Amino acid sequence: MTDQTASLASFTSEAATKKLRKRHRAERRFQMYGIAAILFALAFLVFLFASIFSQGWTAFLQTSIKLPVDFSQEVINPSGNPDAEDEIFQANYVKLAREALYKQLGVDPNDRKARRAANELLSRGVDVQLRDMVLRDPSIIGTTEDVWLLASDNADALMKGSIDRETPSERRQVSDEQIAWIDQLVDAGNMKKRFNTGLFVNGASSNPETAGLGVALIGSFFMMLTVVLLAVPLGVCAALYLEEYAPKGKIADTIEVNINNLAAVPSIVFGLLGLAVFINFFGLPRSASLVGGLVLTLMTLPTIIITTRAAIRAVPPSIREAALGVGASKMQLIGHHVLPLSLPGILTGTIIGLVQALGETAPLLMIGMVAFVVDYPTTPLEPATGLPVQIYMWASSAERGFVERTAGATMVLLAFLIVMNSLAVYLRNRFERKW
Amino acid sequence: MEAKVEDRPAARVETPAVPKESGDAAPAALGELKMKAKDVNLWYGQKQALFDVNLEIFDQSVTALIGPSGCGKSTFLRCLNRMNDVIDICRVEGDIRLEGQDIYAPQVDPVQLRARVGMVFQKPNPFPKSIYENVAYAPRLHGLCANKTELDEVVETSLIKAGLWEEVKDRLDQPGTGLSGGQQQRLCIARAISVNPEVLLMDEPCSALDPIATATIETLIDELKENLCIAIVTHSMQQAARVSQRTAFFHLGKLVEVDETSTIFTNPTDQRTQDYVTGRFG
Repeated sequence: MTDQTASLASFTSEAATKKLRKRHRAERRFQMYGIAAILFALAFLVFLFASIFSQGWTAFLQTSIKLPVDFSQEVINPSGNPDAEDEIFQANYVKLAREALYKQLGVDPNDRKARRAANELLSRGVDVQLRDMVLRDPSIIGTTEDVWLLASDNADALMKGSIDRETPSERRQVSDEQIAWIDQLVDAGNMKKRFNTGLFVNGASSNPETAGLGVALIGSFFMMLTVVLLAVPLGVCAALYLEEYAPKGKIADTIEVNINNLAAVPSIVFGLLGLAVFINFFGLPRSASLVGGLVLTLMTLPTIIITTRAAIRAVPPSIREAALGVGASKMQLIGHHVLPLSLPGILTGTIIGLVQALGETAPLLMIGMVAFVVDYPTTPLEPATGLPVQIYMWASSAERGFVERTAGATMVLLAFLIVMNSLAVYLRNRFERKW
Repeated sequence: MEAKVEDRPAARVETPAVPKESGDAAPAALGELKMKAKDVNLWYGQKQALFDVNLEIFDQSVTALIGPSGCGKSTFLRCLNRMNDVIDICRVEGDIRLEGQDIYAPQVDPVQLRARVGMVFQKPNPFPKSIYENVAYAPRLHGLCANKTELDEVVETSLIKAGLWEEVKDRLDQPGTGLSGGQQQRLCIARAISVNPEVLLMDEPCSALDPIATATIETLIDELKENLCIAIVTHSMQQAARVSQRTAFFHLGKLVEVDETSTIFTNPTDQRTQDYVTGRFG
């Protein structure tokens, strides 16, 4: 009795209060460490996004010049034969654009120096732009139409402010004369920044203003399609077998350890494997998105197997007993109960695997997907690039326009990743069942 | 699988014609011998959990399996419909017969066996589906119903037999998991009897329920035994005394004693049974 009273008293004693305060302080400190860690991570994230956005948002705008282009019959189709496709294809469209520009700026066509300076305002890609217009609608031959033509990289950079007007003219890539012309065009409303659809539809180009992600997007799409079609069924089947049928023992343990190891193998090794097996042994074409998809499938499989197994293991044993207890076979148990209940987990794992695959670069470098591809691939067997590889290629280009495009392409990739991750969260909540 | 299932009612119709073999041994209240376990030994890996268990279970009666925790009564119950098969390290030896047929014989399909020997578990475990789907699941699985009308009928009869129909008839499409614990357990019973099993195994069906729900289930067990052979594992000796006709006492993996319930509780032969039922251990 006395002992108990003594111990109760000790809770209110001076020493005990001090100890209590010390413990509370320790707990607050412990929480602070956690908050600090989170803030640190958040700061990095904000810094990353801020730097990418500030550099990349201009990539979604592109300077164009509005010019009344005279689609003159004698330049495009001197023979007058509308079926002469070669003639129309090879016509000197640059000349059309340049003449329209000289007229607009009032440049003397006989002044070679002024002509050259004016030429530098227009992108080298304008010939393709005009040619495509004519091929799409040959009836415009012989008429004059207002066309928004791409401005050159330097003119674009000046408009976006990445070339400073205050720089002395001998160190500036745009001459005073050119700046005057640009101001003249802008004042007349004939030159402005417009939304850059080319960034999403164009293929590779050595001119930044005509380079786009079109081929990379299609390549990435083909690769993701291959991964979904191969990795998901293979991964889910493997996980189901390992979890539901495989006898527990040494073999199962070995397989489990190896799958976990596989998930940790550096991705470049998968690229080497793809090069050796798919290209050298099976003779599949280089740079093909099918090969890329196969390599990414190998890379994604362990992730899908591991997450699917975890999802299957999370199905409550009581549900298994219930199904077996009323006479469901193993397959019926899996089909009616295990799969539906583990679906949210499987979906989440799959999408996370896909996100990982979408952002993967190294293995694609090994199988030659780092290529200069201008035309859209129509099948997965044709050469293509992928989004991250395109970023890598643009990042290693020197022109100023590629700097903003690198950041812009990163934003596109990040947008895809964020959308896919949100989809994973949505699907998990949508299919999650309570029991 | 369907053919086998359809055979069953016929087999059951025949039974009254067969003279009762155990008529002398068992009192008149019991039906004929349904299941017979002979020298059953069971191992979990290296550890032996059951030692030479010999037990007979009779039709149209309730057999209670009692004993302290870990004595092997649930393990034995799960041998009767081969639910132990799903445990990899579990090995069963001995002879368990359902109407004279060895249920561990290689030609016996455990899936079909479990349709004949239904089971209700300790924790109510309805599927995360609607009440209707919970009951309709097994008949559909075994192809017992030709059309929706028949299926509706089976669902209704099963729920009536389980004493749940009046409470749920207006909300059959609602999730079974939304019911109260006692209702969930009755739903599980309805699910188990929806395929007309011959034997119903109950593994502590009331241990997760309150006394009122327990009383409902006990009344239900009493009604069900008119047409069924029931074996129930229970921790509550009062429950064993209330619902069962015969009681088997397990201790440390051995079947110590089995007899009429009244005999076990008033005049047991073995000292250990005496000690257990009088509350001296367990």
